[in-house]
Parts: sequence; C-alpha cells; structure tokens
Amino acid sequence: MIDSSSTTSKKTMTNPILTTRQKVEKSLARRRAAETRFRLYGMASVFFGMLCLVVLFTDIASKGASVFQQTSLATEILLDSDYLDLTKDSSADEIRFANFEGLIKRHFAKSLKPKGRKAKRELFKLISPGAAWQLQDLLLANPTLINTTISIELLMDDDVDQWFKHDQDLEIDEMNNRLSEQQLGWINTWVETGRLDTHFNTLFFTNGDSREPELAGIHGAIKGTLLTLMVTLLLSFPIGVSAAIYLEEFAPRNRMTEIVEININNLAAVPSIIFGLLGMAIFINIFGVARSTPLLGGLVLTLMTLPTIIISARAAIKAVPPSIREAAYGLGASKNQVVFHHVLPLAMPGMLTGTILGMAQALGETAPLLMIGMVAFVVDVPGFINDPSTVLPVQIFLWSDSPERAFLERTSGAILVLLSFLVLMNTTAVILRRRLERRW
Amino acid sequence: MHSLPDHYGTLMALWTGVPALILLLTWHLLEGPVINHLLVAQLPADIQSADSAQIQLAISKVYNLAAGSGLAPDASLMPAVNHLAALNDRTLILNSGIALSLCLVCCVITYRRIKPQLRARTEMENIVNLLLLSSSGIAVLTTVGILASVVFEAWMFFQQVNPLEFLFGTTWSPQVALRADQAGSSGSFGAVPLFLGTLLISSIAMTIAIPIGLMAAIYLSEYASENVRQYAKPALEVLAGIPTVVYGFFAALTVAPFIRVLGTDLGLEVSSESALAAGLVMGVMIIPFVSSLSDDVINAVPQSLRDGSYGLGATKNETIRQVVIPAALPGIVGAVMLAVSRAIGETMIVAMAAGLAANLTANPLDSVTTVTVQIVTLLVGDQEFDSPKTLAAFALGLVLFLSTLILNFVALKIVQKYREQYD
Repeated sequence: MIDSSSTTSKKTMTNPILTTRQKVEKSLARRRAAETRFRLYGMASVFFGMLCLVVLFTDIASKGASVFQQTSLATEILLDSDYLDLTKDSSADEIRFANFEGLIKRHFAKSLKPKGRKAKRELFKLISPGAAWQLQDLLLANPTLINTTISIELLMDDDVDQWFKHDQDLEIDEMNNRLSEQQLGWINTWVETGRLDTHFNTLFFTNGDSREPELAGIHGAIKGTLLTLMVTLLLSFPIGVSAAIYLEEFAPRNRMTEIVEININNLAAVPSIIFGLLGMAIFINIFGVARSTPLLGGLVLTLMTLPTIIISARAAIKAVPPSIREAAYGLGASKNQVVFHHVLPLAMPGMLTGTILGMAQALGETAPLLMIGMVAFVVDVPGFINDPSTVLPVQIFLWSDSPERAFLERTSGAILVLLSFLVLMNTTAVILRRRLERRW
Repeated sequence: MHSLPDHYGTLMALWTGVPALILLLTWHLLEGPVINHLLVAQLPADIQSADSAQIQLAISKVYNLAAGSGLAPDASLMPAVNHLAALNDRTLILNSGIALSLCLVCCVITYRRIKPQLRARTEMENIVNLLLLSSSGIAVLTTVGILASVVFEAWMFFQQVNPLEFLFGTTWSPQVALRADQAGSSGSFGAVPLFLGTLLISSIAMTIAIPIGLMAAIYLSEYASENVRQYAKPALEVLAGIPTVVYGFFAALTVAPFIRVLGTDLGLEVSSESALAAGLVMGVMIIPFVSSLSDDVINAVPQSLRDGSYGLGATKNETIRQVVIPAALPGIVGAVMLAVSRAIGETMIVAMAAGLAANLTANPLDSVTTVTVQIVTLLVGDQEFDSPKTLAAFALGLVLFLSTLILNFVALKIVQKYREQYD
C-alpha cells in the first residue's frame, strides 16, 4: 500500500487538488511525529517524578549519612581522688556533684600547655561538655576506678567533629572558620598521633534534645512519636471501624446519612493545620488538656486520620461479596451476627491496611502539632502520654532552624530515621494486603 | 430461649461498663472548667473584678502553687490554693466512688432482669448499634467543632478589626503595641499580601504539577506496559507519602540555595527565601495527587469511545487528545481542584522555605508569605487568647477552611457526577 501511494504522491506534487487519501498520506509523517513526541512527553513526566524522588533521597542521605559517626579523642586520664574529692565509698550523689569538667580541663591544660586565657578557652571549647558525663557515668558504674588512670574515648565538640568528618583535606581558606589556627594545630597533632577517631554514634539514638549538637539525639522525639501514635491508634481504629460499619451496614439511606458521608469525604481534604486550630480552641481552651503532651497530639491526630480510616474501612467492607452475607442470613443469623461474625473478619485485612496508611500519614504530620505546643524544647525523654514531649517531624523542623552545621547533619539523620519508619509501615501494609486480602 | 448465653453475658457487660465509662469521660471533660469556675470565686475581690487575662494569670498561679513549684507564696491567693487542694482530693474520691456505684447499680439491675423471657440479643444489638452510630457522629462533631472554634474566634477578631480592612487591606504587620506609646507596631491586619502570596506559590506549584501529573497519568494509563505501570505508579505515589517537613527541609536547604546561585549567575536578584523554591518543591509533592486521580478518571473512560476513534483512523495521541481527555475533563478538573486545595493548605514547605515577609509582589524570586505560614507563626509559642494577634490566626483559619471546603465540595461533586455518567 505504501509503495503504490508513493508513486501517486509524486504526481500530485504538481496538482494542487488532493484526494482525501492523498491528504491523509501527506499528513502521516507529521501525525506520527506528533505521536512520538506525545509519548516522549509522557515518559519524560514519569521520569521527572522518579528523578525528583531519587534526587531528594540522595540529597538527604548524603547530608545525613555522617550523623551515624561521631568523633572522639582517645586519651588517658587520671581520676584524681583529691581533685574530685571522692573516695571508693562515695555515694552516687557525691559522684554526680564532682567537678569532672574541671578535671578534664586540668588534664588538657597540663598536657598541651595553652598560653593565656584565650588559648585556654579555645582549647576547652574543643571538648564536648558530654565528656564530663562520660567520666561520671564510668565512675557511677564502677566507683573503684577512682585514683586510677583510665583510657577513654572523650567526646569532641561538634566543630571538631565536623572538621574531622568533612573538612580534613580542605585548605584553611576553604573552611568556614569555625576553628582558629591554634585549635587546628592541636587537632592536627591528635590526628597525626592517631588519637582522633570516629565511632558509631549511639548518643544520637539514646539522648533527648540538646543545645549542643554533639549531644542532641532523637530518643525523646521517637518515644514521643510512639506515644502519640499509640494514642492515635487506640482511638482512631475502633472509632473509625465502628463508624464505617455503621455507615456501610446499618445506616438508613436518607438525607442525614448522605450529609454524614459528604462531611467525612470533605473532612479528609481539610488542611491539617485547621486541626491544629481545633485542638487549640477546643481541647486546650475548653477541655483544659495539657499542652505539648502526646495525649493532646494523639487526640488531634485521631480527628485528622479518622476520615482516612473510615473511607478505607468502608471500601474493605464493600469488597466483601453479598453471597457471604446471604449465606449467613440463610442460616438464620441476625444482622449483627452477619456483620460481626462474617463481614468484619473478612474485611479486617483491608481495614488494617487502611489504618496503617492512616498511621503513616499521622507519623509524618507536623503542622497541627506545632500549634498545640509540641515545639517546646524538651530535653527529657517522655515517660507517658501526659509528659511534655515532641515528635520526630517537629524535631526535624526545630533542628532545621538551627544555624550549626552539625544540626544540619542531625536533621538529615532524623529524616532518614523518619523515612525508614515510613518505609517499614508502608511495606507492612503492602505485605499484609498481599498475604491476607482475598480476591473474590 | 430467644438468645444465646453469651448474649446475656455481653448485655450484662455493656450495661455495667458503658454508663460508668460515659460518666467518667464527661466528668474529665468538665472537671477543668468547673474547678476553674469554683476557684475564681475564691480569688480576692480585686482580681475577680479585673479583666479575664488577670483572672487567667491568677488561676495559673494558683495551680502552680498547689503543684508545689518554687513560686513565692502569695497570701491573697492562699484560700484558692487550699480550696484547690481540697477539691482535688474530693473529686478523686467522688468520681471514682460515683463511677463504681453506678457500675454496681447497673450490674444489679441488669442481673435481676435476666430471665429466659428477656430478649437479650435484641437489646444488646440495639446498644451496639447505638455505639456504632455515635462513632460516626464523631466525624460530624469534628466538623462542627472546627466551624465553632474558628467562627467564634474569628468573630471576636472582627469585633476588634473591621472585616473589610482584613479582606482588602494591603499591609500585614500583626505586631500589636504592648504599651500605648510604643512606636512601629501599630498592628495592621490587611490580609491581601497573604492571599496573593498563597496564590503565587500555589500557581507555581500547579504549573509544575498539572502538566507533569497529567502527562504521567496519560502515559501510565494509555501507553505504559503492565510491567512498567506496576512499578512506576507506586513509585510516583511515594512522592505523596513523604512527610511535608522533609520537603520543607529539601526546599530550604537544597533548592533555595541552588536557585539563588543560579539566579545570581544570570544576574538576577534572588531572595534567599524565594516563592519559587517553595512553589517548585510543592509542585513535585502534588504531582501524584494530580496523576493518580486523573489516572482513575482516564481509566474510567469506556473503551468503546477509544475504539470508535481508532475506527475513524485517528492515531493514539489524537484519540487521547480529542476523545479521551474531553470525555474525562470533568474528572480531571475535579482532580486539579483537589490538588489546588492541597496546595493552599500546605503548611510546612512554605513555613520552612517561603519566609515571613508579607510582601505584596508577584515576583517569584521575592520572598512572600502565605496564610498557613502566618497561622503557624501567630500561634506557635505563648500567646494570650484575646489579643487580636492570636485571633487573627483564627480569622485566617476561617478563610482557609472555607476556601478549601468550597474547592473540595465542588471537586467531589464533579468527580461523583462524572463517575455516574459512565457507570
């Protein structure tokens, strides 16, 4: 067909009046090019989405990977009983009040001999305040160590840590001048003697928040997140499932039910920050729930995730085929027996999947929690749902505001932890769906 | 017998537990306000006649004193403090006592009713249905609560600030003077810069999200093989599952500096917190909202329409552009509207990347602020509840709630109508 047409098209070049067939053939090249272009746009769009995902993950992973390493200095230090005013039999309280910071300062002043007050101050700045707590913890665990020389890896300040992990090979003028020349001199001698080294950063996972970047950790935020999610789950799952059962199985088809349905669908799309306003005006001001607590956070997040859970639970109930219901009715079951003995167990996997996805949404939510006081600087790890606490996304928000470079690394690290929680929850949901959900 | 043994058992359990539980819950909800009210009566007369802020302050002092915090004891407050301690003791005994006796009474009454003639199953089922009904009522109560709180506080705000000034004024500087003679913080609540800022950032986001989301949906539903679709679709949806605070961090620390460097190289003046950075990242976040909704809509277009078009000799792309998209247009418009409402309500990205300066500008390289950012800034931290600064946040919340509600409502209606058309 193409061969025959090519001969005719040559002839028509001189003839201005074209037949329909010739018009079509003439336009084919253009139309096919348009087709290819359109297809390419589509591919490019999908590719762009994926690219954004990859860029986002690599950017955050590259910024945050170094948080899992922390720099410390191997040193041998005498736990001087006279200076600390402690004996082998000292009580835990006495150990807690001993001047370990002074001991460390004296130790370094002796070995490096800084000249003048300024030099001393610069030297002491290199060591983290956490180093004193390391010694204290050591003695608390084993008081007999007093008056012996111990070798220990002392925690370094975040400036040293950042320099050692990132800037070591840079020229001095390329650095952001956080460290003076003299400080760099001391650090370099430590590096040359191999005393400065990095270790796995356990403090990041065991500490609460702190103003010192090297001591700031996510333990408090993770605990707060878990408590908040626990409250959310305990409230939203039963309420959401009951509401779904009612709307799907018992509600009469009338105007009232329709309004409730529209209302739930709209509620699912209300901006999350509005729920923060609600929490503030109703829970805090009227009911007097304490601010900054996982209980309050959980209540607000419950109201926020409820529509999501109701919608997915209804879909799960809808997916149970009518034949199951009819069989149960046929055996004489009451409406409630049909629902609770047959429909609900079969819809449960779908409901659980929806609930996990709702929880994942709640886990990443920040805006409403900012407004109910979860932005407070909380150092202590919360014990229960009425202790002041923060949550992981809010912690990320707080740290991202801090100017120190070490906090940038910690923010990214916290994001990595948050994302891995999300991946875990979503994978569980997918696996649950694959394994338990039946196709009818 | 009418019912099975466990029906009688469940009925007993429900009657014993539920009334007491309801009582305890209401007690806890009302306890705070009632105690506050009782305490106010114990305060010295001069505080009682003062304004609500002073009473609030005195009450919180009383609470702190009663909790034994290291405040200096104030003799005039001591009656209230002692009263609070007594009340606390009494409420604990009272509420557990009353709850327990209610349990007992209900238990005994139900136990005496249990006979073979009792239609226990029916009664139990009615109670269960009532519980189910009240669960679905919570969703309605949430909406009522949102409306009530936002409207009430916004009403208080409009008592102090003219609504017309709020809606059409062009200067936004919510700092209210603490002293009468203070300079430079007159408190001016013209929200137009915020509305324009929101609009600017949302339109940047939508210029990214609409074409890319729509093309991705078309490609995935019309061109991609089942294999590609199976992996590409969830991968795109991951973009919607990433917490917004992560996007905010990415926008503020990676995209914004990048745009700044790029702009400076091109000789443009770029603010370090540009609307462009926030808008671009928000656009990426919204892509999956547009794409997965449009994907559903495109899939719902009957195959017969496509076959008809192919039969007339149209190419695939002509079929899509001239048949499928027009047929799916209402649904796509609905999807886009939902995405817009998402963009307007988005908080964290703009809070972290767009800045606080209420500039009246349409330049995407400038720093702008949005409605959501201002709500967060006005409400984070300590605040007194009757200052116009705090109340302004609720007025903004009302505007935000109403605009997103209208968008969602219309969009859902359109999508629903569209679905019915091809069902």
